[in-house]
Amino acid sequence: MLETTALGCERGGLRLFSDLGFAVAPGNLLRVRGSNGSGKTTLLRTLAGLTRPAAGAVRWKGREIDDDYRGEMLFLGHTPALKAELTVIENLEFSARLAELKNADCRRGLRQLGIERLADLPASYLSQGQQKRAALARLALAAEVPLWLLDEPFSALDEEAISRVSALCAAHLAAGGMLVLTSHQDVPVAAPAVQTVELRG
Amino acid sequence: MRGFVLIVRRDLRLALRRRGDVLNVLVFFVLVASLFPLGVGPEAELLRSMAAGVVWVGALLAAVVSLPRLFAADYADGTLEQMLIAPQPLAAVVLAKIAAHWLYTGVPLALIAPLIGLQYGLPADALAVLLAALLLGTPVLSLLGAAGAALTLGVRGAGALIGLLLLPLYVPVLVFGAGAVTASLTGINPSAHLSLLGALLAVSSLVGPWAACAALRVALD
Amino acid sequence: MNSDLFRFASPQAFFPVAGKLIPWFSILAGVLALAGLYIAFFVAPADATQGEAYRIIFIHVPAAWMSMFLYLVMAGWAATGLAMNTRLSGMMASALAPTGAMFTFVALWTGALWGKPTWGTYWVWDARLTSELILLFLYLGFIALKSAIPDPARADRAGAILALVGAVNVPIIYFSVQWWNTLHQGSSINLMAAPTMAATMLAGMLVMALAAWMYGIAVTLARLRSIILERERDTEWVRLQRATA
Repeated sequence: MLETTALGCERGGLRLFSDLGFAVAPGNLLRVRGSNGSGKTTLLRTLAGLTRPAAGAVRWKGREIDDDYRGEMLFLGHTPALKAELTVIENLEFSARLAELKNADCRRGLRQLGIERLADLPASYLSQGQQKRAALARLALAAEVPLWLLDEPFSALDEEAISRVSALCAAHLAAGGMLVLTSHQDVPVAAPAVQTVELRG
Repeated sequence: MRGFVLIVRRDLRLALRRRGDVLNVLVFFVLVASLFPLGVGPEAELLRSMAAGVVWVGALLAAVVSLPRLFAADYADGTLEQMLIAPQPLAAVVLAKIAAHWLYTGVPLALIAPLIGLQYGLPADALAVLLAALLLGTPVLSLLGAAGAALTLGVRGAGALIGLLLLPLYVPVLVFGAGAVTASLTGINPSAHLSLLGALLAVSSLVGPWAACAALRVALD
Repeated sequence: MNSDLFRFASPQAFFPVAGKLIPWFSILAGVLALAGLYIAFFVAPADATQGEAYRIIFIHVPAAWMSMFLYLVMAGWAATGLAMNTRLSGMMASALAPTGAMFTFVALWTGALWGKPTWGTYWVWDARLTSELILLFLYLGFIALKSAIPDPARADRAGAILALVGAVNVPIIYFSVQWWNTLHQGSSINLMAAPTMAATMLAGMLVMALAAWMYGIAVTLARLRSIILERERDTEWVRLQRATA
């Protein structure tokens, strides 16, 4: 349902990759591999529609991605996207409403990531790992969003958090969702079908 | 519409929790206005004739000082990016941030300005015109200012650059806004000036958000 | 047919074309300037009130016209670049800006030089001079924004947005400055009203304006060529160019 045709991206005038084509069907996980600077994040941002590709196209359900696509896609980048002055739960509630997620039980989401006790703390009080968990708590609320694009979701997480997040990912895939993620290490997600794309700088 | 209200409320809540930033801008405004008598002397007639210009220039400078923060914080912590890929139209997001900016910058400026006008010896009806003109003009500063803030997002030296970009564009607001007060001082009906301010508001409510949306997409590319 | 024109939309294709055009425009500029200056100094009569000093109008007014005109041309190229995503359009806008700023500067200086012998002061806050001053700031802002953004593609797009916002605002700014000037009628000095326009004076200004236009094109094309070389320096054809130069 998500496919790219002859995709090419540039950054700062340098061509990162070109003629990239793949398809991600429901239930599939696509892992993007590559060394630092090879364009993993740029690819993900292009799939999210943030970056315009230098060549080629990204298609969702057969049509080139447009504004409607944004309602069916969730993108989590490097930064946890938390406002330091808002509490963890206020941040999550804002994200959920911004993304128009239905029936978002934010406390349950925090509980699934094991940080419910931090709910009323300002986000600036959290450690890096805790902030990452707070950012990923959105996944617990976004079951109905078909496509998840995650940039290094397992970095800065301890083992316990990794298992929680991979459980969420596995459930998403089992329900027919799609997942594209970038990762340096092997991905600890049980998935029916895994594809890998390797970007060589 | 829901997204608009959501973001306005968020930005107002953030402004409340960073009260210092907001107050700094207002203090800056009062400070600038207080410097002029120190520079030109306290003679009452001179100050009264300068009052409109001083208050308005102070408002322009205060706006310029307050604008870099409009998008920069959200850009740095990644929340701006999330707003760009949310289902909400980007125009609604931008208008919401502009509206919030006006509420925590423009409106307080407009409310304090009559006090400064008193210091400068403006009579009561001129003060009323000053308030009305600022309430009409400060949204223009926020609307065009958003475009300036978006264009300089993440750019080296954005603070100084944003002034260079915006102040020439603010000239019409300055001319009509200060002109309204001066007109009322000399007994002329300021309604022409105020209508022109209204026209500026209409034009800038199209130009500003368009430019800000386009510039944000460029900045986050 | 369309593809023939669009062929020149690539910097590589336009580079030699620009090179061939520059000498022609330079010659035209020189010829027209000579003609214009001849009219300015020998044909147009001395002004009744201002004598010979007014002749600086033959540089001041064309420079002011060109400064406005080039801003609109720059905005036009910017709009093209935004709409059609062509690299050359952004480079054209970058090439035009310094020339436009220069004309603004010339207009301001010649205005000052006119003011001194005529009214005793180097600067008067009349509508045209004040508008030219603001236009200068608009140009400088455009140049500053482009230089502050390291990525050329992003700089082009940001500059284009700024140029379009400026272009929409320029008539509003000019109108507001005119309004401001007529309100504060303390000094009724108006550089436009000074000499009554004899037909020869108008002809002289038009010829000088054309000369300035040709000059502007020539200089812009030359600057465009060096911008192309710099921006495309990593491409094969530029390397060949530099190897054979």
